[in-house]
Amino acid sequence: MSDELKAGDASTPKHRTRRQSIILGLGIVAAVVTYAYGFQVTKVDLDEISSETRRGQLVRVLREIARPEILTYDRIPTNTELVIFLPCPASGYEASEPTQDRHLIVEPSCGEPGDTFVIMGIGFAGNSRGLINQVPPDGVLELKIGEFFADVDGNFVVEVDTRERADEEPQFIRVVTNERIGSIFTPVQVESSAGELRDSPRISRASRDTWDKIIETVFLALLATTLGAALAIPLSFLAARNLMRDITTDVTKLALQLLAIPMGIGVGVGLSRAARQLADQLTANGWLLALGLVLAPTVALVAMKFAFPPIDNKPPNPIERGQHGVVAVVAAIAGILGILLVADLFVLLGSWLDDALGSFGFLGGFLENTGEIATAITTVLSALLIAAVFANLAGRLASFVKSRVSKGLMQQATYPLAALAGAVIAAIIGAGVGWLYRINDAIAILWCPALAGAIIGLYLAIRNRERSSVQIGLVTYYISRTIFNTLRSIEPLVMVIVFVVWVGIGPFAGALALAVHSVAALTKLYSEQVESIAEGPIEAVKATGASRLQTVVYAVAPQIVPPYIAFTLYRWDINVRMSTIIGFAGGGGIGFVLQQNIRLLEYSAASVNMLAIVIVVASMDYLSSRIRQRVV
Amino acid sequence: MLKVEHLTKVYDNGTVALEDVSFEVPEGQFLAVIGLSGSGKSTLLRCINRLIEPTDGTITWNGVSITDAGPEEMRRVRRNVGMVFQHFNLVGRSKVITNVLAGSLGYVNPMLSVVNRFPPEHLARAMAQLARVGLEEKAYERADNLSGGQQQRVGVARAMMQEPSMLLADEPVASLDPVLAHSIMQHLEQINDQDRVMVLCSLHFVDLVHRYADQAIALNDGKLVFEGKPVEIDDAKFKEIYGKEAERVG
Repeated sequence: MSDELKAGDASTPKHRTRRQSIILGLGIVAAVVTYAYGFQVTKVDLDEISSETRRGQLVRVLREIARPEILTYDRIPTNTELVIFLPCPASGYEASEPTQDRHLIVEPSCGEPGDTFVIMGIGFAGNSRGLINQVPPDGVLELKIGEFFADVDGNFVVEVDTRERADEEPQFIRVVTNERIGSIFTPVQVESSAGELRDSPRISRASRDTWDKIIETVFLALLATTLGAALAIPLSFLAARNLMRDITTDVTKLALQLLAIPMGIGVGVGLSRAARQLADQLTANGWLLALGLVLAPTVALVAMKFAFPPIDNKPPNPIERGQHGVVAVVAAIAGILGILLVADLFVLLGSWLDDALGSFGFLGGFLENTGEIATAITTVLSALLIAAVFANLAGRLASFVKSRVSKGLMQQATYPLAALAGAVIAAIIGAGVGWLYRINDAIAILWCPALAGAIIGLYLAIRNRERSSVQIGLVTYYISRTIFNTLRSIEPLVMVIVFVVWVGIGPFAGALALAVHSVAALTKLYSEQVESIAEGPIEAVKATGASRLQTVVYAVAPQIVPPYIAFTLYRWDINVRMSTIIGFAGGGGIGFVLQQNIRLLEYSAASVNMLAIVIVVASMDYLSSRIRQRVV
Repeated sequence: MLKVEHLTKVYDNGTVALEDVSFEVPEGQFLAVIGLSGSGKSTLLRCINRLIEPTDGTITWNGVSITDAGPEEMRRVRRNVGMVFQHFNLVGRSKVITNVLAGSLGYVNPMLSVVNRFPPEHLARAMAQLARVGLEEKAYERADNLSGGQQQRVGVARAMMQEPSMLLADEPVASLDPVLAHSIMQHLEQINDQDRVMVLCSLHFVDLVHRYADQAIALNDGKLVFEGKPVEIDDAKFKEIYGKEAERVG
C-alpha cells in the first residue's frame, strides 16, 4: 500500500472500506486506459524519434535555426586541390611538401581506383563546409565523393571512397568551399551579377522583411488593443455582477422598455440618416460647414444642459417633462450633426494634408480615416443613444402611470403589454434568423415567433405578477457574460478567416480579429476587476444622491484605473504574441513571412523572424511591467 | 420629524436583520443607536436612505414617504441625508477635494459632473467644508495618504457638502482611537447644534452616548429593546441591551 493510502487510513481509519479500495483500483485502471488511448490517438512513435534520418534532419534544421541570416555575405567558390594517382604509378609517388597554409593531405598518397582514402584539410575557415570532388586529368566531369564540416580551427578529417576511374595521368582531389567575402568589421564592396556595387556583408533580405513585418505586427497589436479596450471598458460594466445586481425593474416597466428599445433603434437610425443628408448639404459649402461646426455643438450643449437639469427640490410637472424630452431629442440631433460635420471636416482636411505633407502624408490619411470611422459609427451610436433615451422615457412613463392608476388596473394593463413586448422581440429574432437562413416565409419567421413570444411574455408576466421587481440587471449580466464567453472561446486565428473574407488578406483583417477577441477577453478581465473593488465608496457616493452614471464615474472609475491600465498593457503583450502567428491565416504581420519561410524550408530566414518575435515580446513584457509599476 | 414604523428587513438568505422597529426622531435631535455587532444598527441606518431596501414597514420624513419614493424622488431624499461610515468609504485614489465634491453630486448638472466639471461656488463650498474640519491644506492630496482620523474628517466634510437636514453616522468612530473619536464626535455635535441637523449615530461606547446623544434607542437581534434618554441606561438596562455576560468598558 502506498504512503498516500496509509495517510488516508490514518486520518479516516473507519471509512477506508473495501468499496473505496475497489473504486481507487478502478480509477487507476481507468487512468491507465485513458493514457493508453491518448498514446494511440496522438500516434506516439518512438521509432521515429530514434530514426537516424530523422535525427539528421532535425540536426540540420536546428543548425540552420541557430544561425539566423541577419547579414548576407557574398560568397566566392574557392578550390583547394591535391594531386592523386589512381592507380599508383609504377615508379611510385611521393606527395610534395605543402607550400600554402591551406592544404590537403591524403593518406595514402596513391592507391587503386575505388580505394578508401583519408583526407585531412588544414587551414580552412572555421566551421566552414564544402564538397569533396574527384576531378579527372582533363578536368571534365568532376564527381562528388564526399563532403566535410570543418571544426572551429578550420581543420577536418574525412574518409572518402574514390570512384572506379583509373587513369595513368594524375587526377585531383578538389575541395570546394563557398567562402564569405568580408566581415562585419571590414565590409568589402562586391560587384553583383547585375553589375551593381554592393557591400558584403549587408543587411539580409530576411532581416529587411522581418523589420517591415515586425513593425506591422506591433502596430497591428496596438490598434487591436486600443479598439478592444475602447469597446471593452463600457461593456465590462454590463458584465460586472456587483454593478448589475441592484438594477431592478418591474414587469410593466420592462415590457414598455422592451417595446421602446426597437423603436428607439429605428428612430436613431432614421435620425442619423436625416442628419447625414443635412451634413452633406452643409459640407458642400465651406461657409455653411464652418457655421454648422460652430452652431451644432453649441446647440447640443445648451440643449443638453436644459434637457438634463440638476434635480430640483420639487418634481417637474408633466409639461416640463415634455419640454425636457423634446429638447433632449433636439440635443441628440444637434450632437449627431456636430459629429458628422467634424468627421466631414476631418475627411476634407485629411485628403488635403495627404497631398500637402509629402512623406508625412500618412497623417492626413489617418485624419481622413478617423473622419470616415466617425461617420460610420455615428449610425450605431445614435441608434444606441436614442434607444437608451426611449427606454428611459418608457421607464418614466411607467412610473408616472403607476403613480396615477390603481394597482389592479396596472396589473390588467401589464398582461397585454408583456405579450406585445414578447411578440415584438420574438419577431425581431425570427426576422434575423430568417435573414441568416434565407427563409422568405412571413408566417414562419414573423407570425409564429411572434405568437410564441406573446405566449412567453404573457406567461412571464403572470408568473412574476406577485413580485415587485424583476432583476433585469442580472439578466443583462448573464446574457453579456454568455456572449463574451462564446466570443472568447473562438481563437483569433479562426476569427481572422472571417475577416480575411470581409476585408481581404492583410494586417487589417488581423487587427479586426484580434480586436474582437480582445473585447471579449478584456471585458472578462475588466469586469472581474470591477467585481473586486471596494463596495464602501460606491455606497458612499450613492448615498449622496448621485445617479448611477455619476456613481460609476466617481466611485468605480478611480478604483479600476490601475488594473485597467495593467490589463490593457497585458493584452497588448498578448496581442503582439498572437499577431506573430495570425499571419498564418492571412492576418498580416510577421506570421505571414514566418510561415512562408518555414514552407520554403528557409530555416535561417525563419530564425530571423523568430528572433525578432522574441525580442519584441520580451521588450513588451519588460515595458509593460515597468509601466504597471508606475501606475499602480 | 422622521417616523419609522414597523420597519422589517429580511435578507435574501433569510436573516432577519430588523423586526418591526418603530420610533420617531424630532428635528434637531441627536439620536444614538446602540446594540451589539450584528444587532441591526447598520441595516437600520441604511434602510433610512434606502442603501438597503426595507422588506416591510414605512419611513416618513417630514411628510414624504421614503419607502415609496421612486428613483428620482429617492435621489432628492438622499442628497438631503448625509452619511458617515465606519470605514470612511473615501475613494482612496481620488483627491481629497474630489471626495468632498462628490457630496454635491445630487445637486449639479448630471452631464457636466460626469466630465468632472463643478460650478466654482461648489468648489468654494468644498474648500470651506474642508477648512471646517481643518484639512484645507490637504485638499489636493490623495485621500489614501491621509490618516484614519483625517479620512473620517473628509468623510464628515463630504456629508456636510450635501447641506443635509439629516446625518446618518454608522459607527463613525469605531475604527479610531479614543482621542480621534472625540474629535469626530465633536464635529458631529457641532453640526447638530449649529446647523440644526438631525443626527442618527450608531455607537459602540456607552460613554459616548451619554456625552453626545439627546436620545438613544437600542437594538438587540433586530428588535427595538430600549428607547429613552441616555441617562436611563443604567447597569440593569445595559445588561438587557447587551446580554447578561456583558460588562461595561470605558
